[in-house]
Amino acid sequence: MPLQPAFMTAPTRIHVMSESEVRLAVARMAREIVEMNGGTDGLVLMGIHRRGTQIAALIRQEIEEAEGVELDAGSLDITLYRDDLEVVGPIPIIGGSELPTHGVDDRCVVIVDDVAYTGRTARAALNELSDWGRPRRILLCVLVDRGGRELPIQPDVTGRAVQVLDRQRVEVLVPEVDGRLGVELLQADGGES
Amino acid sequence: MSEERLSLGKDLVGLEHLSAEQLQMILDTAEPFKEISERRIKKVPVLRGKTIVNLFFEASTRTRISFEFAEKRLSADTVNISSSGSSVVKGETLVDTARNLEAMRIDMVVIRHGASGAARFLAERIPSNVINAGDGWHEHPTQGLLDLLTIRDHRGPLQGLKVCIVGDILHSRVARSNIYGLRTLGAEVAVCGPRTLMPPSPEEMGCTVFTHVEEAIEWADVLNVLRLQLERMEGGYVPSLREYNRIWGVSSRRLEAAPRDILVLHPGPMNRGVEIDSDVADGDHSVILNQVTNGVAVRMAVLYLLAGGQPEKAEAAKQGAES
Repeated sequence: MPLQPAFMTAPTRIHVMSESEVRLAVARMAREIVEMNGGTDGLVLMGIHRRGTQIAALIRQEIEEAEGVELDAGSLDITLYRDDLEVVGPIPIIGGSELPTHGVDDRCVVIVDDVAYTGRTARAALNELSDWGRPRRILLCVLVDRGGRELPIQPDVTGRAVQVLDRQRVEVLVPEVDGRLGVELLQADGGES
Repeated sequence: MSEERLSLGKDLVGLEHLSAEQLQMILDTAEPFKEISERRIKKVPVLRGKTIVNLFFEASTRTRISFEFAEKRLSADTVNISSSGSSVVKGETLVDTARNLEAMRIDMVVIRHGASGAARFLAERIPSNVINAGDGWHEHPTQGLLDLLTIRDHRGPLQGLKVCIVGDILHSRVARSNIYGLRTLGAEVAVCGPRTLMPPSPEEMGCTVFTHVEEAIEWADVLNVLRLQLERMEGGYVPSLREYNRIWGVSSRRLEAAPRDILVLHPGPMNRGVEIDSDVADGDHSVILNQVTNGVAVRMAVLYLLAGGQPEKAEAAKQGAES
């Protein structure tokens, strides 16, 4: 990591989306998901730990209220499917994965994450899902697409696409973890999460 | 995210020198691994491409199979070697055996050996990760860990819990690992058994000593009943199995007198009717089969935690790791 002058060490936070903007985006994403699936039949939302599960919960709530149905849901912890364990060393497994009550076979599974970046998380999630069964269809849904893909994987449903530099970090804030809802950009690297 | 990450180092030789944080990390990591064994496809790719050798110089069913399941469920490639039928019987030394395996490019060795200190000896001489699966009278760390996990599952945090280990403490590596792990995590530990099967001064390890199993039962929240190795009778440590059972055996009649609901553990294999009666082993107090289930999860956690570890590379990789 290159040395930085002292005035740069405190990360500057740049506003990207406010709470109401996130909620509007979530409502739109919910509609798009229902439309792509042609209704809510066989629809399952699976968030990726940690913040993806919170975004998934928001989308699920939106769909349930709009369509008057109850959706099956699950979650994915992709730690054991990462391709960089050798390099990064073991990472604490935060959530463990939860299979939806009725499984994933023959259903339309929507993988939900907070930020799309390299595509490696989505790749790991796809591998984990295929170990669990054979979904009819898999969709990828993210709140923020920041570009910078290292794999040929693109989201099907996106809340907002932003152009950011490599050293900038997109942070999705959720009430359960951060106390508020929103999206911010962190300027200096080395900032703590 | 930038704080120094806790690590186990290269090997797991014993629980004696692990900190409370390290023990806690292993137990917490074992939790999500339990779920993998409940899946239809009981496999995750985390150790794909790793070669693990299970080097068993002593007989073992449970531990060897448990390690093998753990390794396979993490997608490692495994080879089992037992002393009979290997060049060990031709007089090859432990180090030579290990160096030959290393020459075939292995990543980890799980070793069970009759000599205390064999695991450490090996760990200091080869670059592969070494996991102790029981060495002589010294330690059996993964058994200790699965006991800790099972107790924690049923009785919550170990801090302040009263655990009594009953039986042959002197020759027991299970007892030693349990005592170290329990003490580090803040449990009160007692031992109970015939004087001939007690180490010279258990008090030095921080243990209370009970001479009657009834007293132990009155005191304890948890009993860990050890197997009475039948060789001990021939060695003159106990007069007869029947007498051992009458004096030290954990029976439902004795448990009924307990002031609280006691949890009963046993590392197996059991001598029914000697150290433990059948109605206790199969009864409501017993969590013996939970121990076996937890054994796989705990071993998966240990393999996982030892396998990654190249901390010097971690910082560089973290830059691009998010998302």
